Amino acid sequence: MNWLSNFIRPKISSLVGAKKDVPDNLWQKCPSCDGMLFHRDLSEAQNVCYHCGHHLPVSVTERLAILFDDGAYKEIKVRPVPVDPLRFKDRKRYTDRLKEAQAKTKRADAFIVAEGTIKGQKAVIMAFDFAFMGGSMGAAVGEAILVGAQTAVAHKAAFVVVPSSGGARMQEGMVSLMQMPRSIIAVNMVKDAKLPYIVLLTDPTTGGVSASFAMVGDVHIAEPGAMIGFAGKRVIQETIREALPEGFQTAEYLLQHGMIDMVVPRKELADTMGRIIEILMVKAKPYSPKGKSGSGSGLGKFVKGKANGAVEDKAKAAGAVAKKAGIAAKAKAIKEIALPRELSNEKPNDAQENVQQAGQEARAA
Amino acid sequence: MSQLEFEKPILELEAKIIELQNMSGDAGFNIADEISRLRQKTDRLMVQTYSKLQPDQIVQVARHPERPHALNYIEAIIEDYTPLSGDRNFAEDDAIVGGLGRFRGQSCVVIGHEKGHDTQTRIKHNFGMARPEGYRKAQRLMDMADQFGLPVITLIDTAGAYPGVGAEERGQSEAIARSIEKCLRIGTPIVSVVIGEGGSGGAIAIATANKIYMLQHSIYSVISPEGCASILWRSATHAKDAAIALRLTAQDLKELGLVDGIIAEPLGGAHRHKQDTINSVADYIEKGLKELSGLSPDALRKHRSDKFIAMGR
Ligand SMILES: [Zn+2]
Repeated sequence: MNWLSNFIRPKISSLVGAKKDVPDNLWQKCPSCDGMLFHRDLSEAQNVCYHCGHHLPVSVTERLAILFDDGAYKEIKVRPVPVDPLRFKDRKRYTDRLKEAQAKTKRADAFIVAEGTIKGQKAVIMAFDFAFMGGSMGAAVGEAILVGAQTAVAHKAAFVVVPSSGGARMQEGMVSLMQMPRSIIAVNMVKDAKLPYIVLLTDPTTGGVSASFAMVGDVHIAEPGAMIGFAGKRVIQETIREALPEGFQTAEYLLQHGMIDMVVPRKELADTMGRIIEILMVKAKPYSPKGKSGSGSGLGKFVKGKANGAVEDKAKAAGAVAKKAGIAAKAKAIKEIALPRELSNEKPNDAQENVQQAGQEARAA
Repeated sequence: MSQLEFEKPILELEAKIIELQNMSGDAGFNIADEISRLRQKTDRLMVQTYSKLQPDQIVQVARHPERPHALNYIEAIIEDYTPLSGDRNFAEDDAIVGGLGRFRGQSCVVIGHEKGHDTQTRIKHNFGMARPEGYRKAQRLMDMADQFGLPVITLIDTAGAYPGVGAEERGQSEAIARSIEKCLRIGTPIVSVVIGEGGSGGAIAIATANKIYMLQHSIYSVISPEGCASILWRSATHAKDAAIALRLTAQDLKELGLVDGIIAEPLGGAHRHKQDTINSVADYIEKGLKELSGLSPDALRKHRSDKFIAMGR
């Protein structure tokens, strides 16, 4: 089956789109510092305020362009799901809301699934489109997560999900709630295949979306200032009737409370993700003793297999391989983590002592 | 006993009957006749009312404070119930109760949301709204079930996970997500019964099961009708419309293929007939466990996966 549709260069298309949208409005104010931002400069800065660093929203296509190498990716088709299972109507018909959102975004539902490379690492990204009904999760979005996960497994790629969502899509009632277990089943497929599953939490990630696939990643990365939480602020305030702490439910707040691994500025996201994926892609890659793969990630197996070799040399080799792979700064870290404690019974020299300590730390972690 | 608005005519008749019964003796046969006449009238009214309950009325019945709660079921159907406490991390959360015991002779783990039945117990159980610790305790118990090959019975009855500052700080989202993940991962059967209110993520956290049954007048919804109305209709006064639109009744969810069965309640609802309701629920749990017996751990996991993957196709 061919999952792949047309090849897209979104950077170009989004630039054209942007011009069309704001011909008379070339300047905008930063919502954080009130600084004036010229549209072309802002676009160049990936929609990050160049006065204060505030992260403004980016469209889902810009998001993919930022993460994938050269902004190039292949969009993956997602099979359609039954529409409007409840025949839901509030003041408006759900089908009408869907049509409006589809007309506005030119998308079937609130997602894109795409495949490409991130700093040379194969990756499938499933990104939410907040412009489509607040990025809410219904059956179509659940299906997209499944398709993304299955594609990642089939192509031995990392799976990255980028939520930007208010939560479950009310108009699909319990069908939308069932997407919570459904999405977790999807990411479990990726985990069972020993492939990295990374969540990039962007503004906002709340409700049923935050309480499912978004919080079970191998690594949780968030954009600065992103709002992340389960319950809405208003609901909490109505319940506790007290002022909320400063910075409550921001990415930085979650980092402090141990819920995410790191807060990473937009311009460093691709580097960070590429590095993490490369380090984690041990089991998915064939072992290459000569380091021909250009990857330091086969090292754990390498050292384990030759327990009595000169540790120092191995460590040096590890550093070299890692440097070759363009992750120089992390060479030391790899050395410390990858060498198991039991690898030598010989008299410890300095290098071995370091290694033993590292092994213990790795175990403890 | 707190009163439901739509039950008022029934309750008035019931009060009158009690009044007559207390008069006793004097007027003899006339009173007995009158009582039996009123009884018939009450029964007719009950049938009329309960045969065509509207979704918003079912919401009220599902939340009725006299409805049997998780601990009522556990006390009645779990022999040698041995409650277990704590998430081994931060705290004990009484909004989720659970422990070990035997269900009709079968060793099992039982977990449920407990709302409490009076002011004191409602506060103790936080009205059935769990904090992260509750979901982490549930995970612990499911791990234990997996370890010792015990089936898991879960009783669902919550307005939702607790929305508080501390709950958010300690990872309410993560706790719910991991609890769902745990439900999917364990290799023993899980049978869930929605006994009252199935409130969104806080409910599904322990209801990602092989078999999901709903009591006839229970509800299961992605959002409360009040919450939905205030967002989509911009006014909570439209809760009645939202209750219809959300399709949150047992009948609706059976039709949508999202639950496995409806457990009939005696006429007049579970709050009038606790023991009969509890017996019916127990029969369904037994039926569910029997249907799952003999399946290997992998087959049980696959059964759960296939079941939920199909929801939305
Ligand atoms: Zn600024």
